[in-house]
Amino acid sequence: MSENTQPRTPDEVGVPDPMQYMHPVLKKNYGNWDWHDRPRPGVLHHVAKNGDEVWTVRAGTQRQMDVYTIRKLCDIADEFAEGHVRFTTRSNIEFMVSSYDKVEPLIDKLQAEGFPVGGTGNSVSMISHTQGWLHCDIPGTDASGVVKSLMDMMYEEFIKEEMPNRVRITTSCCQINCGGQGDIAINVQYTKPPKINHDQVANVCERPAVVARCPVAAIRPAMVDGKPSLEVDEKKCVCCGACYPPCPPMQINGLESTKIAIWVGGKHSNARSRPTFHKLVVANLPNNPPRWPEVAEVVRKILYAYKENAKDWERMGEWIERIGWPRFFELTGLAFTKHHLDTWVGARHTMNMSTHIHF
Amino acid sequence: MDDTIRGAGGQLSWPGFITGLSTRDASQPASGGPNDVKAEGNGMGKHATPLLDELESGPWPSFVTGLKRLRDSEGKQYAPMMNDLLGQLEHSYEERLGFWKGGTVSVFGYGGGIIPRFSEVADKFPESKEFHTLRVQPPAGYHYSTEVLRKLCDIWERHGSGLIAFHGQSGDIMFQGCTTENTQKAFDELNEIGFDLGGAGPALRTSMSCVGHARCEMSCYDEARALRSMINEYLDEMHRPALPYKFKFKFSGCPNDCVNAIHRADFAVIGTWRDEMKVNQDEIKKYVADMGRKYFIDHVINMCPTRALSLNDDDTLEVDNKSCVRCMHCLNVLTKALSPGDDKGVAILIGGKRALKVGDLMGTVVVPFMKLETDEDFEKLVEFGGEIIDFFAENALEHERVGETIDRIGLPAFLEAVGIDPDPNMVKHPRTSCYVRTDDFTEEAEKYFAKHGKKSDAAVAAE
Repeated sequence: MSENTQPRTPDEVGVPDPMQYMHPVLKKNYGNWDWHDRPRPGVLHHVAKNGDEVWTVRAGTQRQMDVYTIRKLCDIADEFAEGHVRFTTRSNIEFMVSSYDKVEPLIDKLQAEGFPVGGTGNSVSMISHTQGWLHCDIPGTDASGVVKSLMDMMYEEFIKEEMPNRVRITTSCCQINCGGQGDIAINVQYTKPPKINHDQVANVCERPAVVARCPVAAIRPAMVDGKPSLEVDEKKCVCCGACYPPCPPMQINGLESTKIAIWVGGKHSNARSRPTFHKLVVANLPNNPPRWPEVAEVVRKILYAYKENAKDWERMGEWIERIGWPRFFELTGLAFTKHHLDTWVGARHTMNMSTHIHF
Repeated sequence: MDDTIRGAGGQLSWPGFITGLSTRDASQPASGGPNDVKAEGNGMGKHATPLLDELESGPWPSFVTGLKRLRDSEGKQYAPMMNDLLGQLEHSYEERLGFWKGGTVSVFGYGGGIIPRFSEVADKFPESKEFHTLRVQPPAGYHYSTEVLRKLCDIWERHGSGLIAFHGQSGDIMFQGCTTENTQKAFDELNEIGFDLGGAGPALRTSMSCVGHARCEMSCYDEARALRSMINEYLDEMHRPALPYKFKFKFSGCPNDCVNAIHRADFAVIGTWRDEMKVNQDEIKKYVADMGRKYFIDHVINMCPTRALSLNDDDTLEVDNKSCVRCMHCLNVLTKALSPGDDKGVAILIGGKRALKVGDLMGTVVVPFMKLETDEDFEKLVEFGGEIIDFFAENALEHERVGETIDRIGLPAFLEAVGIDPDPNMVKHPRTSCYVRTDDFTEEAEKYFAKHGKKSDAAVAAE
């Protein structure tokens, strides 16, 4: 590479047109679909208004894929499907075929190559998750590892459709919660204020911006050992970690600090009830690689309490809404504490302003 | 502008040439099932990864096995990088800490789109000391031919780590693991086959749309067209970050909201319809026969949130379309019998975001309905998107999302700023607080009546 070469000017093409890559039956019937059903778990069958049909086989992936895995999926698509794939928002891959007799050989091949077929309808789909220790600059845990451990535990629920309704799980490596809302959310929850390296703050951090970032105004400028730095009012601090990204010397992660919390009842669909945010169930679980067994155990308890007790079509949050939180904590064997009482803005609206009480 | 490719602290990057590798041809990786790769004591000085090795067992596909395939790809430029990457990741598993820091890396002409990562433990793991991510915008709806996927893989084998995520939570294809020097090369090749960088930092972000029109009968508008029209119009805001904070558009074809727009997008476009839903009564009867009447009543009729459904004595369905809120439940259950109506369009909800800094916000209705069919409709949508971006750019505080801005100034001020009249569909219920000055209530009511073609009581009395 010559240092004198003018770099290439980008061609600002923006979002690529999907039509050039789309399966021909999808392209032909774009905007003209009539109905669908699911002949078996992992398979969708769509019928167009003109009678055209397409079968979609959905398979789980590890999301963080090496090129060999991607090429293997391409080989499968070329040999057993029709050379086109798409991905779902939860990193499942979908293969489209235009005749039903191609479905079984495709499934057999995917399973033989280690790709679970499922994730449709009332199953537990792949966990949407974040980057973790593999690539993030502020992670409390490794979402990929947590997700691998949990998907191993829930494998049967991915390949079957035996849940009351779909279960959408998310994992996030810090409280920013890039993984998003979920029926169950497994998120890092910090438990200690940041540990400040005062030697570095002045050089690394834009101090007013860090002060402004704190949601509880617990950070103020200070001189420490003769150096301009920042200090934290630890009585006010809610240990959210918001100061850490703009100021890495304010280390929020640590063996004693970084814990995992589990939340339930988030839902993004408008079906039946309005969309909801997930709610805290358990905090202070250990951040325990490589398999996070304590987290997996709590998720298992919640998942199977839901499976055994919810009515068909009830999402996690709707089931709890019906049976009430006392019954939820009873059925899952989990503890209700003062930390479940919201203290943030609008907290009063989360309280029971009625005599609707479950016994 | 020729000095944009720099590492942290403004130093020109270390070339990162690979040394000490076997040059014999081995195009196939030493791969296979779990645990067949032993990490210790071979010629390449592979890092032992006993903790990560535990993530190779179990039925779900293992990302660790994939990382090892890359490490074991002898002769590939990325093999040493992936060996040290595995070493650093194992180190993270031991210490329960991350060891990446950010910095400044970009490609010529753009300010954003690269997520720079420099190792804090580069002394132990020098080959992966630079491990940047290219955020690349996917085709709307995530459609790929195997041909283009293979091209993406080839480019990333030449210049990157061989590790790609389909897709990140931002909606981008995440090309993870690139040296500072190779970032420009990788981008150039990706760009030459029609791909462009996505958003990062305080900027317009990469967007997402559901499968929609391509394969879903619930779809109420052309999601891919809406996404591409919007994002491609305002690309400058993505590539040259200059907004107060991030701004996200998301496009869902129906209220099932499969791309999570209400939770996550500053500007959520959700398909819906105004006229009556379509009912095929013969199919309804078949569903009732298949499910049984009790199941049908319990799981369709009784789950309707606005009690808009009733099962007739002859097993046909009665729908009170004026009470229906288009929640989608009955359509989801009875896919063959029920469909959206013909008068389709979109609702627009503004202001969704996660916790930082005021707490979670969902988008709230700002446009209850607009048609989205003709060229003019799409232009109008894009124009409105631009107005909201402009409002955000001019009024938001630094690091404030538009939902927070609206909370700070109140929805009435926001509506006035963007020229939209209040509508009862914007609220769950009218205000309960009496702390408001209402001396122009009558004039406001006149405006409402004028808009709705009605005369107010006051006007009628005056006649």
